[in-house]
Amino acid sequence: MEQLTNNKIKTEEYFINMGPQHPAAHGVLRLLLTIDGEIIKNVDPDLGYIHRSIEKMCERDSYQQIVHLTDRMDYLSSHINNGAVCLAVEKALELEVTDRVKVIRTIFDELTRLASHLLWWGVMGMDLGALTTYFYAFRDREMINDIFEETCGARLTMNYYVPGGLMFDLHPNFVNRVKKFLVDIKEHLPEYDRLLTGNVIFQKRTKGIGLLSKEDAISYGVTGPVARGSGVHCDVRKTHPYHAYDRVDFEEALFTEGDTFARYKVRIKEMWESISIVEQLIDNIPEGDIKVPTKAVIKLPKGEFYQRVETARGELGVYINSTGTKNPYRLKFRSPGFSNLSVLNHISKGGKIADLVAIMASFDFVIPDIDR
Amino acid sequence: MENQEIQKIVESWSDKLEFSEEGSEFLNVTVPAEELHEICLKLKDTPELKFDYLFCLTGIDWGEELGVIYHLESTEYRHNIVVKVKTADRENPKIDSVNDIWRTAEFHEMEVFDFFGIRFNNHPNLKRLFLTPDWEGYPLRKDYVDEENMVIK
Amino acid sequence: MMNIPLSITTTIHDWLFSIMPEGAATITEWVLIAAAYLALFAVAGLYLVLLERKVAAWFQFRLGPNRVGPWGIFQTIADALKLVSKEIYSNRKVDKFLFNLAPYFVIIASLMAMAVFPFSKQFQGFDINIGVFFLFAVSSIGVIGLLVGGWASNNKYSLIGAMRSGLQTISYELSVGLSILTMVLLSGSLQLSEIIEVQRTGGWLIFQGHIPAIIAFMIFMIAGTAETNRAPFDLVEAESELGAGFHTEYSGMQFAYFFLAEFINMFIIASIAVVLFFGGWLSPFGITEGITWFPEVLWFIIKVFMIILLMMWFRWTFPRLRVDQLLTLEWKYLLPINMVNLVLMAIVIWLNITL
Repeated sequence: MEQLTNNKIKTEEYFINMGPQHPAAHGVLRLLLTIDGEIIKNVDPDLGYIHRSIEKMCERDSYQQIVHLTDRMDYLSSHINNGAVCLAVEKALELEVTDRVKVIRTIFDELTRLASHLLWWGVMGMDLGALTTYFYAFRDREMINDIFEETCGARLTMNYYVPGGLMFDLHPNFVNRVKKFLVDIKEHLPEYDRLLTGNVIFQKRTKGIGLLSKEDAISYGVTGPVARGSGVHCDVRKTHPYHAYDRVDFEEALFTEGDTFARYKVRIKEMWESISIVEQLIDNIPEGDIKVPTKAVIKLPKGEFYQRVETARGELGVYINSTGTKNPYRLKFRSPGFSNLSVLNHISKGGKIADLVAIMASFDFVIPDIDR
Repeated sequence: MENQEIQKIVESWSDKLEFSEEGSEFLNVTVPAEELHEICLKLKDTPELKFDYLFCLTGIDWGEELGVIYHLESTEYRHNIVVKVKTADRENPKIDSVNDIWRTAEFHEMEVFDFFGIRFNNHPNLKRLFLTPDWEGYPLRKDYVDEENMVIK
Repeated sequence: MMNIPLSITTTIHDWLFSIMPEGAATITEWVLIAAAYLALFAVAGLYLVLLERKVAAWFQFRLGPNRVGPWGIFQTIADALKLVSKEIYSNRKVDKFLFNLAPYFVIIASLMAMAVFPFSKQFQGFDINIGVFFLFAVSSIGVIGLLVGGWASNNKYSLIGAMRSGLQTISYELSVGLSILTMVLLSGSLQLSEIIEVQRTGGWLIFQGHIPAIIAFMIFMIAGTAETNRAPFDLVEAESELGAGFHTEYSGMQFAYFFLAEFINMFIIASIAVVLFFGGWLSPFGITEGITWFPEVLWFIIKVFMIILLMMWFRWTFPRLRVDQLLTLEWKYLLPINMVNLVLMAIVIWLNITL
């Protein structure tokens, strides 16, 4: 009776499982959604479907072996992950790598970031229903993969960095192919803009969706393009420079709107910045050794070491607690995806299912990175 | 702000704190478990410190004791501090949750609970995040044994 | 035109009537016509799927199907054979009767609509004098199939998809109806063959009706795309949100029915557009008017394919709308514009300023 007088129809909330097998989850992410009609009331992530206990395995492995495990976390920024562990070990050993290594690592990191963002761009379009973007993006990502394959021998889990330097020298074709790629990508990126960025439906789907304030972004530990879309100055390449980032000129992509479209713009701008960084370095790769000799069995001194790097998804931290043996006593990966995931419930409440998909696309989750 | 200045401010809050910079690039402060929440709140709210960004929350098993390590940074001043807390109770370890100070702690504490079995007081939703609810033991503890699934060299 | 096929039909007609009583001959003829339309339906559906895959490939730097036969022309036939041979599987808790019934709603609705189209002057199954009305009525039966299928599947994703399809079809039916009504106002007839006859002398209706007709065409294309549940209005089966929407639980031939019906519906919408706006089987500027041997059905097919290509272009370019945006577009923009347009068309006819 009360319902009748209030002129309301009774509705019932229900649960649906989004994942672990769902096209928008990009892997085995399981979200337990509480839904009222199409409106989301609560998002409860349930993880662990691809948890491999990498942190426990690290306590058993030597430092050279640990580098190989990091590829398997965020497989789209494998070079950058490798770099994080290598830098941490080098920091602990007080090892100074040569300029050549630093520059090559910077170029590889940026190409990785570019490849990752390209994949994200394709998937973002696909999640919003524009399937063509996926194939456009893969056309260019393929070129980067080919370049990597020539030098590293692998296309996804590259294992190119080792503590003290690099595993091999560059392939003789590397510089030429990268230059050719840069010409191509600079032609293609504006094309992508024309296809998706300016589209009215795309803008309607993304603008004002998933608003994340600057304070919330910091409090939730959100990093990477997601935080920069909310105006948080958090690019580790700027705040704590590593590799050769202190000697290249680039701009941190910052937007203050904090919505899905701002996060989109951040990544598009980051692609242009990555291109510019590679352009600045590709002609001046210094000569020098590719590896500073290390002992066959690396023993880190007693102490705690922390290294932060900027992956394509945000800040990756490596915390090594060493007791002076050849294995770490405790090794913790602070993965960007895990912290970013924690804000999902907060910003997608009250939206539609389609909004959640758009928000997840703009967060660019890689599930092995969340699960580790 | 330099580490010494931070230490000077933090020292005045309590006399049970231990400071160390040995073997670490950051200033480490060991806090007794019962004072953790209060100290953390002060670290965030003191205008000169403003540690508003908890960038890493690590659970650790020191053999005898279980502990949690909080890596903090101020997004405004870019200075860091590492807060450590220990508890000797391995059967039913309890530490105050800091998720009301830094919201990111909610997930990271769930992870620590999952792998180390540390129960966080006042946590809104402490559940096994990665492992199944009926999982026995806490895998990242040093004394965890699983003869079937663990490869030990 | 169509001399050869027509003489065949006449021959068969005469032969049937000579060997059996009148009633039996008529029924046999019905069966034969139904079989012919079914074959047409199957071939059209399969080749539209192939066309879609090829067009998608051209849009995406791919080759598309190219293994089965030259340029992959037998690919979809192979797919259909595979689907026929597959087990029709359903989970235990489905509503068996409704679950199995749903695909037939969809497919029969599409089939019935096919019957009234004048592919050419003589090539028309059923020249009913309320053709447009019949078409419109029959094509809205399809949504019952989607609703029933989604409900009976006992799957929450299917249910959401079905509910979306319900609200989408009900909303956009209005726009389709009103834009058709605008053109009926201009042509002065509901009979499809009559509508085409009107265009023989006065030019295609889209030119006759100029501004209001062009507006009506644009609205018809938008609403028609929504009516067929194709991108950017494919919320019903939005794969990144709902898996496969209402047909998540369907397999084998039942799935194929849903799938083919989508393509046949696209063909129907394109055919309505061709009949109402582009002169049906009439040649442009009457260039093949006097040539008796020229199959005019070709003009109809060419025009239909142009419209279908346009719809495919939409699909492979645009992102998907959100549910509330879909409804906003219909109820706040298309419907009012359509109503004003209807009045505008009436004024144009009243003042006799058609071209």
